[in-house]
Amino acid sequence: MTALALDRRRAARWLQEYGVYVAVAALLLFNVAFTANFLSVGNFRTQLVQAAPVCIVALGMALVIGTEGVDLSVGAVMALSAALVPLYLGYGPLPAVAIALAAGLLAGAFNGVLVAHLGIQPIVATLALLVGGRGLALVIADGQLVQVHDPTFLWLGTGDVLGVPVSVLAAGVFAAVVALLVSRTTFGRQVVAIGGNRAASTLAGLPVKRTLVGVYAICAVLAAVAGVLSTARLSASDPADVGLLMELSAITAVVVGGTPLTGGRVRVLGTVTGALLMQLVAATLIKHDLPYSSAQMAQAAIIVGAVYVARERSSR
Amino acid sequence: MTVETRVRRASWVSALQRQGAAVALVLVVVVAWIGFPRFGSPDNLRDIALQSSFLAIIALGMTFVIITGGIDLSVGSVYALGGVLAAYGSQWGFLAALLLPLVVCGLIGLVNGLLVARTGMAPFIVTLATLLFARGLLLAITSEGATTYRVDDGSPFLELGRGTVLGFGYPVFVALALCAAGGVLLRRTAFGRSVFAVGGAEHSALLMGLPVARTKVLVYVMSGLLSGLAGALTASYLQSGVTVIGVGLELDAIAAVVIGGTLLTGGMGTVLGTVIGVALRTVIQNVINQVGTLDSNYQSVVSGAFLLVVVVLQRSLAKSPDRR
Amino acid sequence: MVLEVVDVTKEFTGVRALDRVSFELEPGEVHALVGENGAGKSTLIKVLTGVHRPTSGTVLHRGEAVEFARPADAQRAGISTIYQEVNLVPLMSVADNLFLGREPRRRGLVDRKRAHADAAELLAGYGIRADVRRPLGTLGVGAQQMVALARAVAADAHVVIMDEPTSSLEPREVETLFSVVERLHERGIAIVYVSHRLDELYRICDRVTVLRDGRRVHTGPLADLSRLELVSMMLGRSVGDLREHGATAFGEDHQAGREPVLEARGLSSGQRLRDVSLSIRPGEVVGLAGLLGSGRSETARAIVGALPLDSGTVLVGGVEVGSGVPGAMRAGVTMLAEDRKAEGIIPNLSVRENIVLAALPRLSRFGVVSRARQDRIVNTFIERLRIKVSGPEQKVAELSGGNQQKVLLARWLCTRPKVLLLDEPTRGIDVGAKAEVQALVDELAREGLAVLLISSELEELLDGADRLLVLKDGAVVDELAGDRLTRDDVLAAIAADES
Repeated sequence: MTALALDRRRAARWLQEYGVYVAVAALLLFNVAFTANFLSVGNFRTQLVQAAPVCIVALGMALVIGTEGVDLSVGAVMALSAALVPLYLGYGPLPAVAIALAAGLLAGAFNGVLVAHLGIQPIVATLALLVGGRGLALVIADGQLVQVHDPTFLWLGTGDVLGVPVSVLAAGVFAAVVALLVSRTTFGRQVVAIGGNRAASTLAGLPVKRTLVGVYAICAVLAAVAGVLSTARLSASDPADVGLLMELSAITAVVVGGTPLTGGRVRVLGTVTGALLMQLVAATLIKHDLPYSSAQMAQAAIIVGAVYVARERSSR
Repeated sequence: MTVETRVRRASWVSALQRQGAAVALVLVVVVAWIGFPRFGSPDNLRDIALQSSFLAIIALGMTFVIITGGIDLSVGSVYALGGVLAAYGSQWGFLAALLLPLVVCGLIGLVNGLLVARTGMAPFIVTLATLLFARGLLLAITSEGATTYRVDDGSPFLELGRGTVLGFGYPVFVALALCAAGGVLLRRTAFGRSVFAVGGAEHSALLMGLPVARTKVLVYVMSGLLSGLAGALTASYLQSGVTVIGVGLELDAIAAVVIGGTLLTGGMGTVLGTVIGVALRTVIQNVINQVGTLDSNYQSVVSGAFLLVVVVLQRSLAKSPDRR
Repeated sequence: MVLEVVDVTKEFTGVRALDRVSFELEPGEVHALVGENGAGKSTLIKVLTGVHRPTSGTVLHRGEAVEFARPADAQRAGISTIYQEVNLVPLMSVADNLFLGREPRRRGLVDRKRAHADAAELLAGYGIRADVRRPLGTLGVGAQQMVALARAVAADAHVVIMDEPTSSLEPREVETLFSVVERLHERGIAIVYVSHRLDELYRICDRVTVLRDGRRVHTGPLADLSRLELVSMMLGRSVGDLREHGATAFGEDHQAGREPVLEARGLSSGQRLRDVSLSIRPGEVVGLAGLLGSGRSETARAIVGALPLDSGTVLVGGVEVGSGVPGAMRAGVTMLAEDRKAEGIIPNLSVRENIVLAALPRLSRFGVVSRARQDRIVNTFIERLRIKVSGPEQKVAELSGGNQQKVLLARWLCTRPKVLLLDEPTRGIDVGAKAEVQALVDELAREGLAVLLISSELEELLDGADRLLVLKDGAVVDELAGDRLTRDDVLAAIAADES
C-alpha cells in the first residue's frame, strides 16, 4: 500500500469525522464577513426555524441508517400527519396531534414489520409507503389545502418559549433525547450493534427484530412530529406539498453529518449540524443573489461528495 | 409444510407475481367496459394509449435499471428537464429539439452510471442527488421556473408529439417500437443476458467474466436517454416545456415496472410486464376519472397497495425452495 | 506441466496466507489439494484463477509466465473453476447459465433455439435430464453443480479446478460427478480437486498436495500414502515432531460433576448433521474432532439455536431450552463463533461495549444502561483475561486477534453461562494469547463450567478435552476417553474407511 493512499484515506476519515463542523464554521465566518445583516437575532431565528423540521426527521433517519437501513417514506408520513390534523382539530389540539402521531407510529411499525419480520430490503419496504402515503393523505384531505385556525395549535408554529421558537425547541429536545437514547440505553446500544454486525448481534441474543421495528416506528413518529410542526407554521394543512423530497434532505443531513450509510454508527450532533449546514448553504447562496436552482445543484454535489467520502472510509 | 406443498405454493406465488398485472388489467378493462359506456369509445382508448406512451418509455429504461438490481430515482426530473430542453432547442429546428435533451439527459444518465458502477455508491442515493441536480438545472435555464419555452406554431417538431396515424398519436408508435426493441435487446442479446446476470448474482457475473461495470453504466445511460426522449415527446405534445411536470414520476415508473412482475431486487423481469403495468396504471386512472366523484389521488393509493402486495409476494418467492 | 506455481507468496495486510508455495499440475492428472482451514487452499485457488494476484512468485501456464488480472483472463486461457457455492445465476435459465458470455448467435441476436438444443445435448452428456428453459434455481443443488461443471468444461478448458464440489451433494449425485470427472480425465483435462472426504480423494485422485499454515508440506502420488499418513499430515503440527502432551497450556483432567448439565439428543439438519447426540457434565471439557465440514461447527450452532433443525432437542439441567439464540442464552448456553470478524466483534464499538453487549439487559434499569456497573464488570474481565488495551474505550477493531478473542470470551462470560461452546477459540491468534486462552478454558472448567471445544488442532483437543467425539460427514463415528484419548486413535477414527 502506498503512502499516498494511506494519506488519502486518513484525509477522508478526518473529513467524514469533522468536515461538517468545519464547513458550518467556515460558512458562518464567510457570512459574518460578507453577508449584510447576517448577525441578527432575526436572521438566526429564521435559519433555525427553517432547519428544524429537517433536523427532527433526520434524527429518526439517523437511527434507521444506523441499523444499515433507510426510510424513504418520511415525506409521505409527514403528509399523512398533516392531513389528519385538521380533521380532528375539532376535538381540541391535543387529540388532533395525538392522532397524527399515532398514524406515524402505525406507519413506522408497518415499515418495521416489513423489514424485520418479512426480511424485505429497507429501500423496497419503505417504497410502498412512499408511493401510496402521499396519495392517501391527499385522499384524506380531499386534495385540498385546509386552513387551520385553532390558536393553541398555531402556537406550535409561531409561539416562543423564553424567546426560542417552539419548533426549534422541539428539535433541540428531540436531539437531546435521541442522543441519550443512543448513548445511554440498552435500545440505543442494540441499534448500533445491529447495524455494526447483524450476525454477531443475533448470536449475542439481541432482540434484533423488535429493535428494528422500534427504530422504524421512532423514525416515522418523528416524521409525523415534523408534519404537525410544519402544518402549524404554515397555519394550513397542505398534504400535497409538505415534506416533499424530505427523504432526500434527511438522508443528506445524516450522511453529511458523518453517519455512514453502512450502519453501525449514529452521530446525533453531526446529524443536527448536517441539517444546519444544508440550511446555511441554501441561505448563503440565496442571500448572495444566487438563485434557488444553484442551491439545489450545490446540495446534489454535497450529497455525492459526502457519500463518496464515507465510502472511501468504509472500503478499507 | 412438506417440500412438495412448499414447491406448489411457490409456483403459485410465482405465477401470481408474474401474471398478476395481466389478470388485473383484464379484470379492470372488462369491468370498465361494462360499467362505463364511454370507456370503450375509440377516443377514450386512443387517449389511454397516448397517456400510457410517455410513462412506458420511461418505465422501459427503469426496467433495465431495476433488473440490474439498481434503481433510478432521477427519471422524473430528467423527464421534465428533457421537455424544457426540447422546447428550448426547437427554435433551431427539429434536430436541435431532439438532440439537445437526448445529449444532456444521456450525460446525466452517464454520471449516474459511472458513480454507481465505478465508486460502488448506492444507486438510490446517487440518483436522488441527480434528481435534485436535474431539477436545479431545469430551474436555472428557465429563470427559476418563470420562463416557459414554447414550441413555435409552425415548427416541424410539433408533428412528433401531435401527429397521428389511424387516430393514434405518434408517441404511441414510438413507445411501441422502443419497447419492442427493448424486449429484443433484453432477451436476445449478450448485453441483455448480462443485465440479468448482474442483477441476479453480481459476484457470479464477475467470476464468469461478464462486463459488470459496463453493463451498469449502459443501463443508467439508457434510462437517462429514454426519460429525456419522453420529455421531448411531451414538450412536442403540449407545445411547450412545462417546468412543473414529472414530480414523483419516478415512483409511477417504478410501481409500473414492479407491478409488471420485475423483481425489485433484480435479476428477473420482462418488458412486456412493464408495458402491462403501465397500461394498468393508465386504465385505473382513466376509470377513476370517469367515476368523477372519486379523488384522482386514489391512483397512487392503489399503486402503493399494489406495490406492497407484489413486494411481499416477491419476498416469499425469494424465500421459497425454488431459489435456495 | 500444464499449470505451475513457483514460490508464490500472498499477503493480506500483514497476514501471510501463502508462504512460498509451489504447485505443479501435470496434463491429464487429477490432483488432490488438501489442508485444514487457513492452510491456504482457497488462496492458492484464487491465485490460479485470477481472483488474487500473488505478492511474489510466478504462475506458469504451459511453461510461460502469466499474470491473470481477473477471472476472465484465466478462463480465456482455458482454466475453469467450479466453486463450493455454485457461482451461477439462479434466476436465469439453465441454458442461459451455460452460455452466459458466449451465447450462440444468429444474425447478431442470441439464437435461443440453438442455445436450448446445445444445452440439452451438453447436459445429457452428463446424465442430466432437465428442462433447460427452467430457472437454474429450481434444480437441485447437485444438478446445479453439474451445470456449473458443464459450463466450466464447455469453455474449452484444459484445466478444471473443483473447490469442494461434493460438499452439498447427495450420494447419487456424487456418483454422477465422479463419472464426469472420469470422462474429463480420459479427455486429457487436468483437474485440481479440493475435498475433505478421504474416500473421494482415494477414489479419483492420482496425486496429492498437502498444505498447512500457508506452506506446502507434501506432494506425491496418493497411492503411496496411507489414510493415516494423509490425515496426520493435514492435522499434525509437523510430521516426526510430535509431542503428545505439554504442547499446549492445558492442565490435567478435570473433576466433572455427575449429572450432565447439557444434553443434546438426535440433532439432525439435512445432510449437515445426522442424528448427533452428546452430553456435557459441569466441569467437563468435551472436544469435537473431525475434518473440516464434518459437522463440528454445525453441532455447536445447533445447540445454541443458530441452525434450524429438522429434529432433535437440547436440554439444560433436564429442561428443554427455548427457541433461537435468546432461548439458549436464557438457559445459560453461549457460543464463541468460529468467524471472529463476521460473527463476533462489532468493529465500530469500543471494547467496553463489545464486552457488555450480551449482558446489557442485566446491566440496565428501565432500559437505561448503568455505566458504573458496566465499568466494574468490564474492568474485572480486562484484568482477569489480561486483555491488552489502551483503555476500555478503545475500538475493538484496533486490537490484535488474540485480544479480540479475549474480548469475545469476556462477552460470553459476563452473561454467567453454564455451558460454553468454543468454536476454534485459538485460531489465528499469536502463540502467547493462545496459551492464555487455553489456560483460561482450563480454569473455567475447574470452576464448574461445561465446555464444548472445537479445534482443528489435534494437540489442543487431546490436551484440553476430557472426552472426544469424532465426527464424520455430520455424524458421530466414535467417542474417545481415557486410554483411547490418543493421537493415533483420533486419526484412526477419522481415517476409518466405512465403505
